[in-house]
Amino acid sequence: MLKTLYRSFFVILLCPQLLFGQQVLNIVITQGVDNPVPIAIVPFAWEGFGVLPENVTDVIGSNLRNSGEFRTIEERNMLSTPHEEREVFYRDWSFLGADYLLVGKIMRSSGSNLMQVQYELFDVVRQTRMVGEVISGSESQLRDISHQISDVVYEQITGVRGAFATKILYVTSQRRSETDTDYQLNISDADGGRPQVLLSSREPIMSPTWSPDASQIAYVSFEDRYPRIYIQDLATGNREKITEFPGLNSSPVWSPDGSMMAMVLSMDGNPDIYVMDLRTRELRKVTTHFAIDVEPSWTPDSKSIIYTSEQGGANRPQIYQVDLETGWTERVTFQGVYNSKGSLLQDGNNLIMIHREDTSDSYHLVIQNLERGTIRFLTDTQLDESPTVAPNASMILYASKEGDRGVLNAVSIDGRVKFQLPVDQGDVREPAWSPFLD
Amino acid sequence: MQTNTVLKLGITALLSVTIAACSSNDTDGSAGTETVSTTPPATSAPVNNPQPTAAELEQQRLMATRIFYFEFDRSDLSAEARTALVAHANYLKANPGQRYRLEGHADERGTREYNLALGERRAQAVERYLQVQGVSASQLETISYGEERPAQQGTTEAAYSRNRRVEIVQ
Repeated sequence: MLKTLYRSFFVILLCPQLLFGQQVLNIVITQGVDNPVPIAIVPFAWEGFGVLPENVTDVIGSNLRNSGEFRTIEERNMLSTPHEEREVFYRDWSFLGADYLLVGKIMRSSGSNLMQVQYELFDVVRQTRMVGEVISGSESQLRDISHQISDVVYEQITGVRGAFATKILYVTSQRRSETDTDYQLNISDADGGRPQVLLSSREPIMSPTWSPDASQIAYVSFEDRYPRIYIQDLATGNREKITEFPGLNSSPVWSPDGSMMAMVLSMDGNPDIYVMDLRTRELRKVTTHFAIDVEPSWTPDSKSIIYTSEQGGANRPQIYQVDLETGWTERVTFQGVYNSKGSLLQDGNNLIMIHREDTSDSYHLVIQNLERGTIRFLTDTQLDESPTVAPNASMILYASKEGDRGVLNAVSIDGRVKFQLPVDQGDVREPAWSPFLD
Repeated sequence: MQTNTVLKLGITALLSVTIAACSSNDTDGSAGTETVSTTPPATSAPVNNPQPTAAELEQQRLMATRIFYFEFDRSDLSAEARTALVAHANYLKANPGQRYRLEGHADERGTREYNLALGERRAQAVERYLQVQGVSASQLETISYGEERPAQQGTTEAAYSRNRRVEIVQ
């Protein structure tokens, strides 16, 4: 193992807080739903000493608001501050127009350093307790616990599993001079919280992606002067360069079962799609056309690969689908002069991609229904790219430009909710949303 | 169950080793340099010849062009680029020990991985032209940076046209 891990010029830093230039994402909602669900979140009681490192109530509140589906009742309007069921008077909350009520308290377990967070969710209209439990964890896990409670509340009320307790990868760059740019691969909570730098380089970093079990990530790094694919284990930090072929080595994507990796290699003179068996490292060439074939993604059934190809005409990329068993190739998109970076939603019937309608148009994130062939525009931002879907399929995160700066945007699958996650400085791009983490 | 999850998450976060990679080799010393007129690479002229001939001066002038620009979404070489590349080809043929690294780039419009392929195609267009002029394949290599290393930042056509390029790096 060790031989593959670190070249001599790598510096391993075990203390992320020592890293320079940590970039923090801040969420700005630009468009929410018309009738968000009103919920009251009573500040959780802290039944211990000292100051907690995390404001559990705030984290839950902003998670729910940022989903665009909820509106939180202002604390100063609350008539009472219950922390458990026996202190709840429903009329205090129906009076404020709250449909739901979340209360809770935080305790330190006696004789240990573990924190216990107790919470209860009430349906104010029906006057019933919907759910309640106690979650334990260390002080540093209070943010994880807050995300878990957000997930439960979201699922109880919307019927859709929450994706707040997930992570995102993204790439940032800061230009020092015309010839000197710093590139960083970052990981953070799905809300942008707790950012950490995973890799820092003076050469470009591209295409971060998650293994299906979320234990590993893959990306393209130019650190050896050529684009090469690396796999990095998140728990140990061990990394391995898995490709060393002439030309481009790019676009790594794990198969849904984690055993294979689709990628782009141009060792035969032009970029083609390949699939690598990750156990044997055996390569299989999937596309053989002389045109550019890039940006593979797996269909949910693992039987086919969706990719971008110029085989229909130079400089006019369109989305194609190739059956891995038979090699049967089909063109999937016909509308517009440019369609790229396609991937199917879990339902297998909706394709998200970057679309350019005509040569005077910008590049937009769209969703195409494969049965009807219709295209729906999801955004009004400029130069959209790199869409990534939340594991609960509620939102799509993507990169776009605001002025000269790269920013991350999110839009709900139905286009109703939009928000932006700008970084404080530099360019941010290529988000990759993790799978569910349990 | 819930506790397990939190613990697992926490362990993952705790152990996420952060690696700072610093390439020991800054490869792109010439990024952003345009038509360099001051320091052409070592010429093939004999060192004991005090006065360069007119042909040598012309060769030097043409070789000063080390960045070649492209139209949007295109990888065709302009007439000026071809003329300059003939001079570079003559130099490489006369100096078989010299190697060129041809770095292809794209502007930021469109998706990144497609742009990586576009940059490669531009670098290959230059490589192919040099080979047609008789340069040995072993003296040439191509690489693409796609849109990752813009020469000029910005979303103007002026910036874009400076970014769609192939640079000769020696």
